[in-house]
Amino acid sequence: MTPEAVLKILKDTFGDDVKSVVADGLHPYAEVAAGRWREIARYLRDDPRLAFNWLRCISAVDHLEDKLITVVYDLHAAEAGAPAGAMWKLKNEIAIRIRVERDRPHIPSVADVWRAADWHEREAFDLLGVIFDGHPDLKRILCCEDWVGHPLRKDYEFPLEYHGIPAVTEYNQTRTVH
Amino acid sequence: MNRVLESVPDVNFDIRRDDFGDLQTEEMLVNMGPQHPATHGVLRVVLRTDGEMVMEAVPYIGYLHRCAEKIGENLQPYQWIPKTDRMDYIAAMNNNHTFSLAIEQLCGIDVPERGKYIRIIAAELNRLASHLVSFGTYGLDMGAFTPFLHAFRERERILDLLEAMCGARLTYSYIYPGGPQWDLPDGFVQTCGEFLDYFEPKIDEYNELLSYNHIFVRRTANVGVVSPELALAYGLSGPVLRGSGVRWDLRRVRPYDIYERFEFDVPIGVDGGSDGVPDEVVVGDCWNRYFVRMLEMKQSVRILRQALAQMPTDGDFKAKVPKNVKLPKSSIYFEGENPRGQLGFYVEGDGSPIPYRIKARGPSFCNLSVLHELCHEVLLADVPAIIGSIDIVMGEVDR
Repeated sequence: MTPEAVLKILKDTFGDDVKSVVADGLHPYAEVAAGRWREIARYLRDDPRLAFNWLRCISAVDHLEDKLITVVYDLHAAEAGAPAGAMWKLKNEIAIRIRVERDRPHIPSVADVWRAADWHEREAFDLLGVIFDGHPDLKRILCCEDWVGHPLRKDYEFPLEYHGIPAVTEYNQTRTVH
Repeated sequence: MNRVLESVPDVNFDIRRDDFGDLQTEEMLVNMGPQHPATHGVLRVVLRTDGEMVMEAVPYIGYLHRCAEKIGENLQPYQWIPKTDRMDYIAAMNNNHTFSLAIEQLCGIDVPERGKYIRIIAAELNRLASHLVSFGTYGLDMGAFTPFLHAFRERERILDLLEAMCGARLTYSYIYPGGPQWDLPDGFVQTCGEFLDYFEPKIDEYNELLSYNHIFVRRTANVGVVSPELALAYGLSGPVLRGSGVRWDLRRVRPYDIYERFEFDVPIGVDGGSDGVPDEVVVGDCWNRYFVRMLEMKQSVRILRQALAQMPTDGDFKAKVPKNVKLPKSSIYFEGENPRGQLGFYVEGDGSPIPYRIKARGPSFCNLSVLHELCHEVLLADVPAIIGSIDIVMGEVDR
């Protein structure tokens, strides 16, 4: 199925909650409303035409100028080969984007839809401070539990010391301003 | 507990948990790692044990976290290549390759034919070296020391070949967007061909040495079974997914670079009893995850032979790419098949030469997330067998 067809099914089913679709280019995606994301995720997984059974990656991006955080979900639909044991096929491929306010970055968790989301969501919470409502155990995964701030936010200030360990300070002088 | 007792053949008395009556057992928390030889790096697992049984395992990661993604937001893509080396440092060429492909697609860079073949040769040689480390250290985990020495003897020769290519032995920084940094040295094709002739029979030797060894089979067969549904739900990839009987390899499912030009098979895990596979083995267990890697080595040798034969003997090997090539205001998510699974890069540009955001999806990160499902009601001694069969590299889990 082409990305256009996938996006059309989504648009027809969820109407205005699919805010925009981009079917061409390198990374076709649909931008959906955060409020209905759980419902849309279940539909993406369970609808036999779509069957997105594989959450590949969750990437969160801090768009400081727009005061938004974008969370990108990359999905695959892998279809078993016939007969059993034959090469599997890539049926569908799409990305879903959700944009939320930077100050209140709340998104429903999909850890119960795709279990792979568990650690990916924890990582996005850890590094960008996105809060996934309904996540079974939302805590830091890569940084220490007492770390302050979310390092991948664009306005992140690198701490000058951590438990008496001096931190590198050139970072704040040499970082690139986008 | 019952399941384990049933699998022990010499229990000639019927013992069940209920028969203990008022005998109290006590749960104990055991901390394994982060400094532990069987955790393959700085992985910490907290085990809730009841005697010899592990009831629950909770992995804690992040001890090697360097926030390479933040560094990537301050460097141009070609400057970030050495950072990709240090993610999966056992397979640095494959990381270079996948990241370069992502940037090439985003910026529309073409690579000359000879360069494409050199990259495939480098990547497949590194896949062999990576699987050899996996094979050798898994033997160590299971108490077999000799296979490790055999594996590293051959790996040494692969590292010599890679050193001849680029001068480095572990973190290569060889493949850049636009092609490899240097052309192959004189006589490389012949040396590499000789190595493959020497190496291919060795794989059968490894199987004799370890794969079919009775003790090894008893330690790994029917342990840590991952069903195909569980594997897909957790987004597992690479040998861990294929060991569960899912014939899925990005090099075949959605060929990238020039992989569609080569003939090779995608091995999967099988049930025991046929083709010399030990009887105890079931699809998705530790033995199958391990054995898929042994079969993949043969396929990599096949790819290498074809690549060496097809490669143009002269011509450009790298495209002229300006150092400060501007990244367009769009994004890409690209995945390539690494020895450990699918390495993905999300790259977003903002019109400047420096990426606005780079995100790496480490295959080990996703593969490790299934650990707590596997370490439930298993013996304590099975935990290293399960961790080793997932074949993680902490540099990539933590990034």
